[in-house]
Amino acid sequence: MAKFIAKRVALGLITLFLLSVLVFFMANVLPGNVGRRVLGPFASPQAVAALNHQLGTDQPLVTQYVDQMKGYLKGDMGTTVATRQPVSDVLWPALWRSAKLAILAFIIVVPLSILGGVYAALHEGSLRDRVITVGGLSAAAVPDFVWAVVLLIVFSLGLGLLPSTAAFPDGSGVLTQVKYLLLPAFCLVFVLFGYIARMARAGTIESLDADYTRTAVIKGLPQRAVLRRHVLRNSLLPTIAVIATQVGYLMGGLVVIELIFNYQGIGQMIFRAATQKDFPSLEAAVLVVGVVFLVSTLIADILYSVLNPRVRLGGAES
Amino acid sequence: MSAGATPPSALPVEDVAVALGGPPRDDARLARKERLRVLLHSKSFIAGAIIVGFWIVCAIFGRSLVLQDPFASNPIDSLQAPSADNWFGTDRLGRDVFSRVIVGSRDILVIAFSATVLGTVLGTALGLVTGYFRGFVDDALSRIIEAILALPVVLVAIMALVALGPSNLTIIIVVGLVFAPIIARTVRAAVLSERELEYVSAARLRNERTPYILFAEILPNVMGPVIVEFTVRLGYAVFIVATLSFLGVGVQPPSPDWGLQVFEHYGLISGGYWWPVLFPAAAIASLVIGVNLIADGLTQAFER
Repeated sequence: MAKFIAKRVALGLITLFLLSVLVFFMANVLPGNVGRRVLGPFASPQAVAALNHQLGTDQPLVTQYVDQMKGYLKGDMGTTVATRQPVSDVLWPALWRSAKLAILAFIIVVPLSILGGVYAALHEGSLRDRVITVGGLSAAAVPDFVWAVVLLIVFSLGLGLLPSTAAFPDGSGVLTQVKYLLLPAFCLVFVLFGYIARMARAGTIESLDADYTRTAVIKGLPQRAVLRRHVLRNSLLPTIAVIATQVGYLMGGLVVIELIFNYQGIGQMIFRAATQKDFPSLEAAVLVVGVVFLVSTLIADILYSVLNPRVRLGGAES
Repeated sequence: MSAGATPPSALPVEDVAVALGGPPRDDARLARKERLRVLLHSKSFIAGAIIVGFWIVCAIFGRSLVLQDPFASNPIDSLQAPSADNWFGTDRLGRDVFSRVIVGSRDILVIAFSATVLGTVLGTALGLVTGYFRGFVDDALSRIIEAILALPVVLVAIMALVALGPSNLTIIIVVGLVFAPIIARTVRAAVLSERELEYVSAARLRNERTPYILFAEILPNVMGPVIVEFTVRLGYAVFIVATLSFLGVGVQPPSPDWGLQVFEHYGLISGGYWWPVLFPAAAIASLVIGVNLIADGLTQAFER
């Protein structure tokens, strides 16, 4: 077990290194002259040179990369271009706000989609099954901002039930926060439901077909017990894996949702940084998103192997 | 490949092929016919084809289908509610929303399609090479692919577009490049099982050149997964291009692109102006669902 985890962590670290290079490349190499890109075509060459010096982008690329990573390891992410604040002062509170939104979405979507998937599997091939699977996948295929504007028009403008912004007043209680976050969370629910339900459905169908299920039925176990003890336990394994990979997707979806609902999370931070060409903030925030994704896949892998000994004993190579 | 060399008298050929133990060519043709039959009986494929077909017609003939100029702004009539004159109302510049929705399918279709083609061509080549050779190149590429996949595609595209400046060509290249490794992974998985089959060993024994084995022998046999992956990716491409336009880093004004229309007007929803937002949003939803229905039908046809 320890060996398996060590191997996964080592692979994760390699991926993390490649990720940091990739993000560094996009923020520092792709723009060509970073200072010129930030200040625009009409800025004087002196101003461009000064900004490049301040950002360190006049240094050789390797030095820049090493300096930057050293800073990141010490928790220093540089300063934002616009306000000269430390990036970390903006980034951590934003990440926490996004986490709140993501947690609410997951609390709603996980039980809902597992129920939906299992229900579809138990009625495989029926109309109910088709409605859940095709409906779920269509809902997932529709961009989140489309859901967002539709929900806004229906629930905020039409019915007047929920606020059109997610920016709850400072110091509001948990219930008020939930009320403000409900609409944005539901946009994410629509997109996530299809994927998770599909995995839960596939897993359930597979374990309904399995020999151990037939044995359990033949030995006279009540249907309820067969479902709970034999079918669900096995069918939820792949579901756990897909939930973790959706965490990464979620971070991308947040860019759009937080912009529409004016919520100061990491998604909006990325969008602001992108439009203001604030490369230090953009780089740090995107890197953090990547790290969150890597950590959640790592946890999923480990969890998966704890729950399913076959993975760790047999196919640890994958 | 050499299907043209098959003699018209089908029966003896089949017998010879069976006697030799090789794959009879007629089998491939039958399988193709069977797939077409499944496709045409698939409700999701037909429904998807109708929706996507409608938008393709709009993209090609858009300007001649609508009565009003989608670019003519008329500030006095801005933000008029839907009426007999303007079926979908007018936007903040007084432009007719209906004609903008009809004409607006062009940019997103062209960009999403080109990006998917680019990604599929690059990804298929990459997947063939990595799956066939395995070894170090394969390992290294797998790691890089994993690193790229750790970022949501939208984020990679935003970063690249901000760094390079938005233009339609840049969107195509960025989305295509991000798709390539994802498609490569699917193709690689298919190639891994193909390369162990006898026809590949036979080609190797015949001393065929490697590019010939890859592209003339293996590629036709992994076309099924490639086609399915292409349609699935096309759905994602529409999703991503629409999202990028919505974020203002995609298609630029004054294009009547749907995502851009939503971007320009979503702030007005709370003021009660829902029509310049809802109609383009619904158009995006219909196109994405249409492409996904086609992908669903193709998956069923190829995975039997």
